[in-house]
Amino acid sequence: MTDMTTEQVHDVTVNVNGVPRTATVPARRLLSDFLRHDLELTGTHVGCEHGVCGACTVLLDGKPMRSCLMFAVTAQDHRITTVEGLCDAPDARPCATGERMNPAQQAFAECHGLQCGFCTPGFLTTVTAYLEENPSPSQEEAREAISGNLCRCTGYQNIVKSVLRAAEIRTERLEENAGESA
Amino acid sequence: MTTQMFGAPIRRKEDPRLVTGGGRYLDDLGQHALAAAFVRSPHAHARITDIDVTDAVDVEGVVAIYTWEDLPGKVAEPLPLLIPHPTLTHGRTGYALARDEVNHVGEPIVMVVASDRYAAEDACQRIRVDYEMLPVVVGIENARDGEHLVHEDAPGNVAAHMVQQNGDVEAALAKAKHTLTLDLSIERSACMPMEGKGVYARWNDEDGELRIYSSTQTTTGVRAAVAAKLELPLAKVECIAPDVGGGFGVKIMHPWPEEVLVPWAARLLKREVKWAEDRREHFISSAHERGQLQTVTVGFDDEGRVLGLDVKFWHDNGAYTPYGIIVPIITSTQLLGPYKPGAYRCEFRSLYTNTVLVTPYRGAGRPQGVFAMERTMDAIADYLGIDRAEVRSRNFILPEEMPYDHGLLFQDGRPLKYDSGDFPASLDKLKKLVGWDDFEAYRAQAELEGRKVGLGIGCYVEGTGVGPYEGGHIVIETSGRVNVATGLTTQGQGHQTAFAQIVAEELGVRLEDVHVTTGDTRKMGYAVGTFASRAAVMSGNAIALATRNVKAKALRIAADALEVDEEDLEIVDGVVQVKGAPTTSMPLGTVAVLSNPLRYAFDDAAKAATQFAGTFDPDKPPVAEDEEPGLEGRDFYSPTQATFANGMHAAIVETDPVTAEITILRYCVIHDCGTMINPMIVEGQVHGGVAQGVGGALYERMAYDESGQLLNASLMDFLMPYASEVPHVEADHLETPSPLNPLGIKGAGEAGCIPVSAVIASAIEDAEGFPITSMPISPVELWELRQRHEAGEIPSLRHPHPAPDPSNTQEPTR
Ligand code: FES
Ligand code: FES
Repeated sequence: MTDMTTEQVHDVTVNVNGVPRTATVPARRLLSDFLRHDLELTGTHVGCEHGVCGACTVLLDGKPMRSCLMFAVTAQDHRITTVEGLCDAPDARPCATGERMNPAQQAFAECHGLQCGFCTPGFLTTVTAYLEENPSPSQEEAREAISGNLCRCTGYQNIVKSVLRAAEIRTERLEENAGESA
Repeated sequence: MTTQMFGAPIRRKEDPRLVTGGGRYLDDLGQHALAAAFVRSPHAHARITDIDVTDAVDVEGVVAIYTWEDLPGKVAEPLPLLIPHPTLTHGRTGYALARDEVNHVGEPIVMVVASDRYAAEDACQRIRVDYEMLPVVVGIENARDGEHLVHEDAPGNVAAHMVQQNGDVEAALAKAKHTLTLDLSIERSACMPMEGKGVYARWNDEDGELRIYSSTQTTTGVRAAVAAKLELPLAKVECIAPDVGGGFGVKIMHPWPEEVLVPWAARLLKREVKWAEDRREHFISSAHERGQLQTVTVGFDDEGRVLGLDVKFWHDNGAYTPYGIIVPIITSTQLLGPYKPGAYRCEFRSLYTNTVLVTPYRGAGRPQGVFAMERTMDAIADYLGIDRAEVRSRNFILPEEMPYDHGLLFQDGRPLKYDSGDFPASLDKLKKLVGWDDFEAYRAQAELEGRKVGLGIGCYVEGTGVGPYEGGHIVIETSGRVNVATGLTTQGQGHQTAFAQIVAEELGVRLEDVHVTTGDTRKMGYAVGTFASRAAVMSGNAIALATRNVKAKALRIAADALEVDEEDLEIVDGVVQVKGAPTTSMPLGTVAVLSNPLRYAFDDAAKAATQFAGTFDPDKPPVAEDEEPGLEGRDFYSPTQATFANGMHAAIVETDPVTAEITILRYCVIHDCGTMINPMIVEGQVHGGVAQGVGGALYERMAYDESGQLLNASLMDFLMPYASEVPHVEADHLETPSPLNPLGIKGAGEAGCIPVSAVIASAIEDAEGFPITSMPISPVELWELRQRHEAGEIPSLRHPHPAPDPSNTQEPTR
């Protein structure tokens, strides 16, 4: 015998990476699962599902947010940026192999800021938001900025380096963009 | 001029894809597959008396529910014991789904397959399992006293008992002027990759073929194991490791129950099935490592030279031994490090406990071994009042004594024989890097400021690149694209780049033209796996050999076509040319065209290779005898023994006089892995290793209670270090090439984490002035040790502070 009734579902519309995306999901669907499995944007990763590792970090209206700690329905009408969306940022540029990269992405690739790459999307979104607030961090500040994300591979040293390099690239590109629009 | 590839810090080819969200990890695949979830034992030791699934069957979305009773044939038999050993007299393995007894919390009992993971977990919650409790064995001491048994038929909980010996230890100890005995312990930790395990299976019913994707360190191993379990021809099974989010050892164990069950269910249901482990499952059902108790007795002379070393230890192997006793064997052999031990005996017992099984974790038994040896070196130095680095150097194997045979058998059943290394040079570099000789001045200054600081040191030798073999396969296409495959897998070590560097250098092509595939049984069916820091040594050399074969063929064909001598040709940036006269040349792609005579002209390159192209001798067959079409080659590398990398670390720590908080102020590494393919990648490996070592030294432990519950089964409670806890690593390298392989390389994957617990213990001990014998150590534990030290329960170190007590003439036991 079961008292299980058919689960109630909701139409959820979220602006993801600049595009309104709709899916019909149960109220308990995590935002991380919604992005990964309903929208098939698998760049966002899940490392713990309890809010500790930061691998699932996305930007919610520009602010870093752990998508495993949020239900998809609560993201209704908000703006989400995932790692895929960073490639479309105004300061993203195509690299030699064709991918467009924002300053954080470019810096991680330059500084060996990743090994397996599983934690990387969470670091990239975190760092991208951080540099908006603090465009030229010191080494200590860079370390502090990433100290809510777990990485099991890199020992963080090259991630710290990547944050500092990202800040440089970001400044260069802002100047370029300003120059172009002037 | 081709730029140098081998040995250059080249940026990784895999990164543009990974930083833009293009990674494809296990759970990114099979978006429409059914999901599996498991009912796992909540008890550490119990008999299963009943399983009731009635409430679960009509949960919406449920497709199937399986218990052990549903399993057919070989799937129902115990999982294989992968690495048997004569001394493993009581090897035991579990079942894919528990049969009638569970031996640790987390053991799988029921598998549910449903439309998605939410539904599968709903059903799991409605399944009732009745248990009859059995006495629980947790911890090495309880296992050792043998009052309760994990397996009724394994007396004393002993899975394996092994003794290795070289020389007469009793006699050596009796003769030695001084002896010391140390009791040491190390707790459990775990690999804890950011991506858990996972498996996704696709059954093709029309062709009777199975494709498995697994987040594994060995696809050939998983493939063979699943084929055997499912009684399928090997040819009908493919296994692929997609992007893997870290392994560190836990993914070399195979087949995990899920790796058998998910493909089995996929075939039965004729549907795609996937299981992606969640973090809690990873904590309670994926392997741990490290737990050991050790007793070391050492005899030495007035100079601190070791004359005899007698080591006994007890190793916690958890509930089962599917991966054999590799870990304690490594401890027993690798603890010798860079030293000559005089006479040596090591005896260990590998013990069952009702906790999750133990298999290799990065370093695999070495951190424990190095802890034993380096604590011993520090104890000797303290006892005699000799500088700690000096005692070590007096015991070093010298460069001129290489190769050095310890007269023992290593983990691969082959002689423990060091191939090369220059330990005095490494120590010299380390002392300079950390400022060894200036430390006392620094300490005095710190003391004036009310700060307590300590300096620690640790040395290790690491057997890397164990056999039996790996292969390399290379094909050059008519476009000039170079495809390379090797069977071992990748979990973030940058193999796509490092192997491409080898090919680019050996062949003379551009890095961007080389494309490397790893861990795909469709591309290379013969392989062992990625573990024991073996990938670069094994596959790197195999790929180099395969590349040399293809290059020779390419030069042969080009020499013919260009009507010059082979000896006069070279390949630069993908073009075969006459040395010194590059106008006589032809692209490698054109050589590929010539190598493969064709019947059909499907494109321009093919048109040039048809039998009407007019370049062939009508009296000879298009493909000469003893030749094969195409620019393709394959070779294998199989060494007679492991290579031995080595290194030395030093750290300066500060301990808070009030709170006993421990801060690492500096961390220095000298690392020797022979010739480096890519120093940037090597350094990255060292950084990551040190971070894991720091976790193991100061934060991580598996907190089992006496009933076998893991109390800290989440990343909230298991303290994996963040950036705020990991020190900046200052690293320098020494390159003593291995004489054993063509490239002179040794493995580098595990080095960083091996000596860290020993180094940090050494530094804390130096700061505090009393011995540290157990790791990891938390501030609370250090604080308690201080209280016990003040109460006189723990003796002071004799050197450097406080000054030796002349009234104490007894040989101290630590
Ligand atoms: S998966 Fe969300 S914080 Fe770990
Ligand atoms: S790169 Fe592997 S977890 Fe960070």
